[in-house]
Amino acid sequence: MNDRSKPTHSIDPDILAQASLTRNLGEEDICLKVEDLDLYYGSKQALNKINMHIPRQRVTAFIGPSGCGKSTLLRCFNRMNDLVDGVRIDGKMLLDGQDIYAKSVNVADLRRRIGMVFQKPNPFPKSIYENVAYGLRLQGVRSRRVLDEVVENALRGAALWDEVKDRMHDNALGLSGGQQQRLVIARAIAIEPEVLLLDEPASALDPISTLKIEELIYELKTRFTIIIVTHNMQQAARVSDYTAFMYVGDLVEFNDTNTIFTNPKEKMTEDYITGRYG
Amino acid sequence: MEKKSIGQHISQQFNAELEDIRNRVLTMGGLVEQQIADAMTAIVEADDRMGDIVINNDYKVNAMEVALDEECNRVLALRQPTAGDLRLIVAVIKTITDLERIGDEAERIARMGQHAAQSEEGRVHPIQIQHLGDQVRAMVHNALDAFARMDTELAVQVWREDLKIDQEYESIMRQLITFMMEDPRSIPRVLDIMWAARSLERIGDRARNICEYVIYLVKGKDVRHTSLEHMEAQARMDHTP
Repeated sequence: MNDRSKPTHSIDPDILAQASLTRNLGEEDICLKVEDLDLYYGSKQALNKINMHIPRQRVTAFIGPSGCGKSTLLRCFNRMNDLVDGVRIDGKMLLDGQDIYAKSVNVADLRRRIGMVFQKPNPFPKSIYENVAYGLRLQGVRSRRVLDEVVENALRGAALWDEVKDRMHDNALGLSGGQQQRLVIARAIAIEPEVLLLDEPASALDPISTLKIEELIYELKTRFTIIIVTHNMQQAARVSDYTAFMYVGDLVEFNDTNTIFTNPKEKMTEDYITGRYG
Repeated sequence: MEKKSIGQHISQQFNAELEDIRNRVLTMGGLVEQQIADAMTAIVEADDRMGDIVINNDYKVNAMEVALDEECNRVLALRQPTAGDLRLIVAVIKTITDLERIGDEAERIARMGQHAAQSEEGRVHPIQIQHLGDQVRAMVHNALDAFARMDTELAVQVWREDLKIDQEYESIMRQLITFMMEDPRSIPRVLDIMWAARSLERIGDRARNICEYVIYLVKGKDVRHTSLEHMEAQARMDHTP
């Protein structure tokens, strides 16, 4: 008689772990590190001792209810909060081991390395071509050949080329909302940043445009490290490799996205993603 | 995931849907238990009429599976459940598949009972499987109990019961083979009993599957095809949400 407590078809748990799609942060190349980050708006503390490792060439999603600090944290990565009065930041934020908030850092250079796309598409009131070429012109690139090539590659990268190649010199404001958002992404990737910050990039778009943006994010992560803030949890689940759940300024849980959405470790995370009372 | 946590969704409607699904699984489980009990009566007492009742009632089990499947699909499509809610739906879809198969096995046992009742020799040695049938029925009952209370300790206990069932099945097999060797004319009748014992053993395996889904539902760990020790460790693991 066979011993059924140890079935012959038993699978080694290690092999199961390898076969699963779950990612392991310990095996990732870390691009951005956040260490004990506190942020105050005047006397009000908006972020409490955030510690986080953002892996390179992966999509990391920040989720959480309104006012939890996810957009604030996102804006810290390219020092957008410098522009807000009364903001004080303690702790460290490192890009490839280099402190983003060090005195020696040139903020314009930093923003070239860490691009950002906002909730509402904000193309310049110029032609499609000039929108994408804008960053390069600022860097002093004059060669028509170089500009043409970069603009085409960026538009292809943003999955917009086929739709606009015959109307490159039309005003960008004539594009649809979804096209404008992809144009803005093309403008951001034209200067080859290392990191792309996306703040609710699809919340103002219709479902089809949203899917195109999501598909684009999937393509872009082979070249860039992407951080996305979204209120749409299904979207976070679809596009991201890692998910951070934040609540009133705390990082509650940071884990592989599959784990967060099937078997979260914290009750608060479970309550939020399943739509329960907090 | 705890039992009380099925409620508490911001959407009251979603609470009601999940609670309804859970209750319907338990109703289906109750019906399947009754089918096993009736099938055992049919074979042990060679009761032709009881056999008919079991065979007729199997459509109810099938209909409940189909309706529950549809409801689960609807919740998946409309609510996009996550975490514990998702695990509940997945566990339910798997559990009702096993319950439906248990129903089929009960029907098979009932047919064997009818076969025995209609044969000229009448009833033979069904008594050996009475005890096995009682044990298997208790196992199904307790597996559903573990599901209803989300009790992983009970799930592990029931899973262990299946080891005893397998042993008992082996010994019944040996006895029946002895009967057949002693009197080859008994072979057709003994084979009926053998098929019924085989069905009971399969029901035990399916009840064991349900116990594995309970651990998945509560702890979020898939313990299928692993060792008993691994499953026990997972069942006792601390799991906050």
